Amino acid sequence: MANAAMAEPTVRPRSFWAGIGQGRHVLGIVFMLPAAIFLLFFLTYPLGLGVWLGFTDARIGRPGIFIGLENYELLWGDSLFWLVVFNTVLYTTVASVLKFGLGLWLALLLNQSLPFKSFFRAVVLLPWVVPTVLSAIAFWWIFDSQYSIISWALIKLGLISAPINFLGDVANARASVIAANVWRGIPFVAISLLAGLQTISPSLHEAATLDGATSWQRFRFITLPLLTPIIAVVMTFSVLFTFTDFQLIYVLTRGGPLNSTHLMATLSFQRAIPGGQLGEGAAIAVAMIPFLLSAILFSYFGLQRRKWQQGGAD
Amino acid sequence: MTISKRELLLGGASLAVGSLALPFAGGTPALAQAIPKFEPEAGASLRLLRWAPFVKGEEDAWLANTKKFSEATGVEVRIDKESWEDIRPKAAVASSVGSGPDIVWVWFDDAQQYPDKLLDVTDLAKALSAAYGGYYPGNEVYAKVKDRFVGLPLATIGNAVVYRESWVKQAGFSEFPKDTKGLLELGKALKGINHPMGFTLGHGVGDGNNFCHWVLWSHGGRMVDENGKAVINSPETVEALRYVAELYKTFIPGTESWLDVNNNRAFIAGDLAVTANGVSIYYAAANDPKLAEMAADMRSTNFPIGPAGKPVELHQTTTACIFKYTKFPKAAQAYLSFMFDAPQYNAWLTGASAYCCQTLKAFASNPVWTSKPIHAAYAKASDTLRPNGYAGPLGPQSAAAMADWIVVDMVAEAATGQRAPQEAAKRAQTRAERVYR
Repeated sequence: MANAAMAEPTVRPRSFWAGIGQGRHVLGIVFMLPAAIFLLFFLTYPLGLGVWLGFTDARIGRPGIFIGLENYELLWGDSLFWLVVFNTVLYTTVASVLKFGLGLWLALLLNQSLPFKSFFRAVVLLPWVVPTVLSAIAFWWIFDSQYSIISWALIKLGLISAPINFLGDVANARASVIAANVWRGIPFVAISLLAGLQTISPSLHEAATLDGATSWQRFRFITLPLLTPIIAVVMTFSVLFTFTDFQLIYVLTRGGPLNSTHLMATLSFQRAIPGGQLGEGAAIAVAMIPFLLSAILFSYFGLQRRKWQQGGAD
Repeated sequence: MTISKRELLLGGASLAVGSLALPFAGGTPALAQAIPKFEPEAGASLRLLRWAPFVKGEEDAWLANTKKFSEATGVEVRIDKESWEDIRPKAAVASSVGSGPDIVWVWFDDAQQYPDKLLDVTDLAKALSAAYGGYYPGNEVYAKVKDRFVGLPLATIGNAVVYRESWVKQAGFSEFPKDTKGLLELGKALKGINHPMGFTLGHGVGDGNNFCHWVLWSHGGRMVDENGKAVINSPETVEALRYVAELYKTFIPGTESWLDVNNNRAFIAGDLAVTANGVSIYYAAANDPKLAEMAADMRSTNFPIGPAGKPVELHQTTTACIFKYTKFPKAAQAYLSFMFDAPQYNAWLTGASAYCCQTLKAFASNPVWTSKPIHAAYAKASDTLRPNGYAGPLGPQSAAAMADWIVVDMVAEAATGQRAPQEAAKRAQTRAERVYR
């Protein structure tokens, strides 16, 4: 269109199409349309449908009618639901704290000048790159009640006499699934924080060193404040991924033993699809939204908008 | 045997009668009942969604039968496979969207969840039932809504106790115990010689559900009464839970984390003397030259009888359903009627090497059941089958109760001592009331 218009710069009035081709607003909208349609169909519609289903008694094979808050009232009185909420909060909190601590540590290490630096940086990403289901199956073997390699090694070393009951004991099972999640999540945190670390100008550190700052003081007063915006973004994502985890649990335990590793996402699926109670499953999924929103708001208001980052007072 | 289109149109009965004349080993006695004729619509083609095969011979036999059908009728049948746990969501989506496969093999109470979306196959089911000695009651219940068949009972995937004979003998038992008390004694003796038993107590859809339902039912406990009222908190249930707590002490450690695969793994590794599984566990050993000794030592039997005095098990059931939305309902029924006809169904049972148990009583004489001693216990699967959610009606609630692991969690809680038997029963009652509200 544009070419055609340029080829004939004569007095002829612009055609309708040429007008559209040159008009900024129309063209802008046209270019945004695919993205908007994509979001509308694949994001807004499913989310809206999910929220709507949570207010109905839909079952597999039956559309369901509006029943108001009945699903939520039922969940309120369901001790399994509250156990699952507890599991999810525990899982997210412990795993996120560990991922942050270990990820930051790894990022600081990778930021040093190491031999084969780029090789290590690439290798570190592996747990994140491997599909979750594959790594979960590997962990399933590692945590096997009879043939765990950890138990085997410890027995051979003479440290324990019987295999560790990784996924059978309530506390062990929780620790095991958290360990698997942390292993998988560290690279994301580490590499993102490493990117953040590299934006910090070395001259700041040099100046501080000349002033006699210890390495802890340099970390505390230079690295950490400058890294906070990245930390806020990375940890928000990390919390969201952890809170909505599904595959790992589904492969390792199916929520067992005794529902001690059931998360809200797995319970939602269990009730909705194998259980056929679509409405109730949707309600559980919707119940995750407040938790996720508060995590986002916390990071936004708590970490990102600190005035001192722009040179103001706290 | 070649089948002309005309013969097929004359109805399955002619084939069934024809098969009698053939020297088919253990020929299935078919009564000369008129099986309704279905003439496939012109230009019909079908899509079948089935669970991925557990035994290759089973799939081969089904495909060979399908080929015969296509050759005789010109109806092409496309067969899609999905991992068995993915059938439920796929079929559910197809039923609510109204498009997808024409025929689907569903599990357990799936057909009861969307009966209105399934083609009424009562005429065909009744004719097959009359021709082949009737359905086993358990299988029939899964396929029936009120008086209407919404599917054809296809098979029971039998579960049986599998054990190592030499170790059971070494423990001082000349034969496998027939009652729950004997099983506990055997467990203690096996633990004593360091070859423990182990049954799945984790969220394993097949093995976990089967073992835990047996614990409950063998002692007379039940989830709900005939009217669907939760009655799981009963003295019988508490008795069952006390029993399993004792039995659990003789298990190999870690069974509460077991999913469907773990018991196979432990048994094949030679660490288990007794477990319960489908016949696939035997073939895993038999097909491995290194495990020839183990395979020769393996025996099977049915779960012991408890105070309730009757052998009852959940097993796994699968039903072939036709979606109402299919464009070719006649072709679909012609296909199924052909596949259930004696020559085809017998070939299929044989190919499945005891993994699939017949749903029609006449096929109990299939030679597969006597071809290997280990098959014998699996032959009774449909006979001992008791539907999920006993003694209540099948439907969305029974499916929800099973999906929520109410029985498995209760048994595992009591077995591991996480909750006292009374407490575990009380908790299951609360959960059951919530589902059966």
